[in-house]
Amino acid sequence: MAEAHGLGGLKYDPAKRTRAPEWNVFGALVLIVVIFEVLNRVNGGSFLFNMRDNVDAIFNQQRLDIMILQVAIVGIISLGVTQVIIIGGIDLSAGSVVGATAMVVMSFAQTAMVNGNPNPKAIFGDWAMDLPVVVPIVVGLACGLGAGMVNGLLVAYTKIPPFIATLGVMVSARGVARWWSNGQPVSFPTEGYGALANGDIMGSLTFGLFSWQGQNPAVIFVILAILFHVVMTYTLYGKRSYAIGSNEAAARMSGINVDRHKLLVYTIAGVLAAVAAVLLTSKNLTAQAGMGVQYELDAIAMAVIGGISLAGGRGSIIGTVLGAAIFSVIISGFTSIRLDAYYQEMVKGAIIVGAVVLDQWRQRTRARG
Amino acid sequence: MSKIILETRGLTKHYGGVHALEDADFILHDGEHVAVVGDNGAGKSTFVRQVTAVEQRSSGEVLFDGRPVHFSGPLEAREAGIETVFQTLALADDLDVPSNLFLGRELFKFKLGPFSWLDRKTMRDRTLEALKTTAVKIPNVDNPIRNMSGGQRQCVSIARTAAFASKLVIMDEPTAALGVQETAQVENIIRGLKDRGIPMILISHNLRQVFDLVDRIVVFRRGRIVASLRKDETDGNDIVSYITGVKGTQDSVPAQ
Repeated sequence: MAEAHGLGGLKYDPAKRTRAPEWNVFGALVLIVVIFEVLNRVNGGSFLFNMRDNVDAIFNQQRLDIMILQVAIVGIISLGVTQVIIIGGIDLSAGSVVGATAMVVMSFAQTAMVNGNPNPKAIFGDWAMDLPVVVPIVVGLACGLGAGMVNGLLVAYTKIPPFIATLGVMVSARGVARWWSNGQPVSFPTEGYGALANGDIMGSLTFGLFSWQGQNPAVIFVILAILFHVVMTYTLYGKRSYAIGSNEAAARMSGINVDRHKLLVYTIAGVLAAVAAVLLTSKNLTAQAGMGVQYELDAIAMAVIGGISLAGGRGSIIGTVLGAAIFSVIISGFTSIRLDAYYQEMVKGAIIVGAVVLDQWRQRTRARG
Repeated sequence: MSKIILETRGLTKHYGGVHALEDADFILHDGEHVAVVGDNGAGKSTFVRQVTAVEQRSSGEVLFDGRPVHFSGPLEAREAGIETVFQTLALADDLDVPSNLFLGRELFKFKLGPFSWLDRKTMRDRTLEALKTTAVKIPNVDNPIRNMSGGQRQCVSIARTAAFASKLVIMDEPTAALGVQETAQVENIIRGLKDRGIPMILISHNLRQVFDLVDRIVVFRRGRIVASLRKDETDGNDIVSYITGVKGTQDSVPAQ
């Protein structure tokens, strides 16, 4: 039954279920971890494991924590970007939306008194001080919702290419972030707001069974990843997304309201960017206009590394989570072998390009002969 | 004869100055299979595009199921009961067979707007059933159809049409790109439709196929219907004469 198929005469047996490409990504992740472990061992250290005698632990907890935290916030953005890419679009605005949302959110999360003095960074008057935590969260999500809707409306109803539409929003949203407080940082949030990212949500969720202090972004990332994995796999939303990314004309012919669905997907991506902004400001206890710069590219890179096809229609949330893990391992790995930050950037760029080249190559391999 | 399922009166389509379809009067009875034949550019596909509302007609009337209709698009036509297999496949390559079969008419475990929970098992079971009744063999329906052969993809497309066919099926050259075996499969599906009493319009260049499958043959030439012949009253040479204009036109020269 096997027939020659695609590039290099790869065998494709139509009776067999094709292996999920996520396994390849997972393999790459393991391989990269092993490589960094070996590189560290050569220098007498370890990438993953604890080498200090005075600490009783198997793993290098510090590095793992940093790695997980690094991946979580951009990972949340990447969940939304993934969905946008799957419907055949692109979202360049995510990083700037994080910046703008951060500024706005923080203005509603400030505390009135800092060390006995009035908050020196106060944006609004007393009415906006010491608000319940839910207020900045709602305001933040609303910001993301708005930005996402602008993206969605532009893409779905003006029919301009998503690249241009979201590029415009990217530039404008960064402008909003700078204009908000004339470029000044917004700082000193309430204790409750700081606890959003620095607290122990894992402990509350499991009634103290597990505790993971300071890793709330990671916990929320995992919860959101599971949620969107389920939504993309088992619900009409996912089916429509893949159908539109795969063949928009066919989707339209089949009665799918393509424009409305695009609006929904871009809006969800905007909200996820806002979630990231809330966690980021809570983590750092401050908001700056430059927050989230290049996050959109990191998020796209995570998705692409995870096997999401930029042509749309292919890829999965699991792939993106693995892609995010690879991304984070690479950065931590470079730090662990003391590669200079400048080189890191250069290599990061090369990896993004490499992943897209791989994606193109994969597409050609899969194209029917 | 049974009731008329589709009738067109004076159906006309002009693209600017080009008269692609001129004054087409066409009748299809319930349960009847009719072939539409003609040379390239004779107006066959144009005719179908007007009936299925892929394009809007310049003038004329379309009566479907006894009532005059004015579909705003192919979707409305489909909802009214006209299932069409178009020359260009309307399939999503990255989705598996059940998802393609049920694209736009998914079944749900429970409904919750766009987040309605798909009933994947029932859709898969019904897909296997539909493929069985149409005798289409797909080794693994869970694979994306991207990896399937042109014939298998066409069969999925046709199985979708056959599975949901209610009042009328239209196929625009369904076997044009297929091999011998796959063509036979598609022809079997069409015979199955006949047995189920579902009327069909088949556009085809293949006269052998046409004589095998349909009850009546309608010949288009230069945008006009020039003949409508019962299969048993005609033969291949006769049809070719109409297609090429040897017969059926004022300026045609009678054969000596």
